[in-house]
Amino acid sequence: MQTFRFELGELPPEAEALRAEVREFLRRELGDAAPVRRAHSWGGFDREFSKKMGVRGWIAMTWPKRYGGHERSALERYVVLEEMLAAGAPVSSHWIADRQSGPLLLRFGTEAQRQKFLPAIARGELAFAIGMSEPDSGSDLASLRTRAERVAGGYRVNGTKVWTSNAHLADYMIATFRTHHDPAKKHEGLTQFLVDTKLAGITMSPIIDLAGSHHFNMVVFEDVFVPEDMRVGEEGAGWKQVTTELAFERSGPERYLSSFALLLELVREVSKDPGERAAATVGRLVAHLATLRQMSLSVALMLEAGENPNLEAAVVKDVGTTFEQEGPEIVHALLGVEPTIDTGSDLQQVLGFLMQRAPSFSLRGGTREILRGIIARGLGLR
Amino acid sequence: MNELRTILGDVVTRLFTDLVTKDLLESAETGAWPEALWQAVEESGLTLPLVVESKGGAGGSWGDAFVVARAAGRHAVPLPLAETIVGAWLLSASGLDVPSGPLTIAPVHRDERLRLARAGSGWRLSGTAARVPWGRAAGHVVVVTEAEGRTMVALAARGAGQVKTDQNLAREPRDTLAFEDAPVVAAVPAGRGVPAQAVWLYGALVRAAQMAGGLDYLLRQASQYATERRQFGKPIGSFQVIQQNLAVLAGHTAAAGTAAANAFRAADRGDAAFEIAVAKVRVGEAAGIGASIAHQVHGAIGFTYEHALQFATRRLWSWRAEFGGEGEWAIALGRSVAERGADALWPHLTAR
Repeated sequence: MQTFRFELGELPPEAEALRAEVREFLRRELGDAAPVRRAHSWGGFDREFSKKMGVRGWIAMTWPKRYGGHERSALERYVVLEEMLAAGAPVSSHWIADRQSGPLLLRFGTEAQRQKFLPAIARGELAFAIGMSEPDSGSDLASLRTRAERVAGGYRVNGTKVWTSNAHLADYMIATFRTHHDPAKKHEGLTQFLVDTKLAGITMSPIIDLAGSHHFNMVVFEDVFVPEDMRVGEEGAGWKQVTTELAFERSGPERYLSSFALLLELVREVSKDPGERAAATVGRLVAHLATLRQMSLSVALMLEAGENPNLEAAVVKDVGTTFEQEGPEIVHALLGVEPTIDTGSDLQQVLGFLMQRAPSFSLRGGTREILRGIIARGLGLR
Repeated sequence: MNELRTILGDVVTRLFTDLVTKDLLESAETGAWPEALWQAVEESGLTLPLVVESKGGAGGSWGDAFVVARAAGRHAVPLPLAETIVGAWLLSASGLDVPSGPLTIAPVHRDERLRLARAGSGWRLSGTAARVPWGRAAGHVVVVTEAEGRTMVALAARGAGQVKTDQNLAREPRDTLAFEDAPVVAAVPAGRGVPAQAVWLYGALVRAAQMAGGLDYLLRQASQYATERRQFGKPIGSFQVIQQNLAVLAGHTAAAGTAAANAFRAADRGDAAFEIAVAKVRVGEAAGIGASIAHQVHGAIGFTYEHALQFATRRLWSWRAEFGGEGEWAIALGRSVAERGADALWPHLTAR
């Protein structure tokens, strides 16, 4: 029984040369940004920063040149991603498009769609959101009900999407709608669309998270007309495309580095006087981090080799989110400092931010339970 | 993985599958030395992956040693195979000939020292080393110690010292060896690349590989059992709670295999202290959690001596404590991280 494979990978010399370039860029761009800003990880939204990334050629790195890409390796892209995350750069404006919307269009989009969207994404000018979840469709995504009915020249859309991160900032959304309804075959009849977020009939309202921040939205579609040429892929092929997209979404280094800013502050604090308990805590966290990095790199290598590491990606995300989620708990148990908002030490503020953010780590991009179900299927249990 | 290593993996798996039977494991636990198994392993060239071919070895790498040690862990091989691999490397790397037969390494505790003193043209060995793996069965013991301000590697025959037998939870020999002005076969300055802490470091390295192998076995065995055992009219593996637990076991098994493999790769490159610490901490944690889940999935039958599960879990419980437990290694690792400082953490991690 060979269930999963994590082969160690070697980053090529050109990837390491690139790393130095990226670090220099980040030193200049981020300067002395406060640790709590960096703790936002890939949550920071900054269009200007994304455009600078585009100028550097660090978006769409692996895409064909004819679509504005740079035809570099997945490993070079990996180095850019992990350096951005480790530094806490505000990459949110291009992150979704670079990670999944662009690759989706490359794979399933029409030539016209690729020509229109991919070069602009590569320049860091287009921000995308993901329209999947609905009020009654979370983990049971295939039960989604937002309808897209065929009308002359396109589709008329009615329904509601929720938890749509950054929809209020995004230019476009890749949304999955139901084009055909058969209760017995819920995985069929789903279709993906490119939706301009400014279309008439779309109403957005913020959903404020527990920390008081606005990144989620509820997006209501009322008789929204989506032209035919904005359909992505065949009608009814949505489920297959969504699962492909989720594989992109689950495999990256953002699934274990979300609490890295807190580990840095912890090391800073412990370095002053590394007693046994504090040293053991740091040592254990670093052991987990170093191992996860190798596992994550291994998945990147498999992607580069054209393999399909869906199971391995699920394993890395499950183990990785468990690690990043326990960071605030461990710091609390060790140091007992009070988590704060806007006041107190850097450590306290980073702890305050991540304490409130951590529950989402094992929810977004597929809950822990869903991922473990995927792993169990890989083990032959279902 | 390169092709030769794949072939090596197939060879060891076939050999251990054929020869390491439940009867053999039970017999080894009563103290019987499995001579036929040892002969087969030695004849297959599995004991000397790191010894050059001109000295009778396989001329391979730590990467090859990983394949052998992990498979030995997967099959609970009741031999000092990992110890022989490390001992032979210590000798060979220091320019000494490697005797045939099983070897062990000492002392296994970081704060224990054996003493070498000059006597005429040779050296004499004194002191006590506790819990030496397979001390009674190994033909020779390889010792790393300090003498005259230098790190030394010495080879002593079994008969040179007194043996007081003891065992670990898996009933593998863990004996006390006492030397009193004992003659040695040879003693030389340690070769380049053999640090003063070599026994402790590379002992931890091979235990990490063995534990990764033990976890491979647990995952396979528990997954299979969950598809066979039926309760409430269906296989227990069809219950989500069992699936979730086995997925957690899968995550720890994957992490353990990766951490161990990475440490062996680092050993091939040179200074592997960081990666070995990472591996012993990560794999040791996985061993404890993995054993717990595998037992829970198996229910009462897995708690019996009759079921083979315990050959793996009792080894994991002992191995994670040998050559330094997770706590000891985590402290050392954490101190090295703290010493370099927060700003060096990421650059250090990505430079390894």
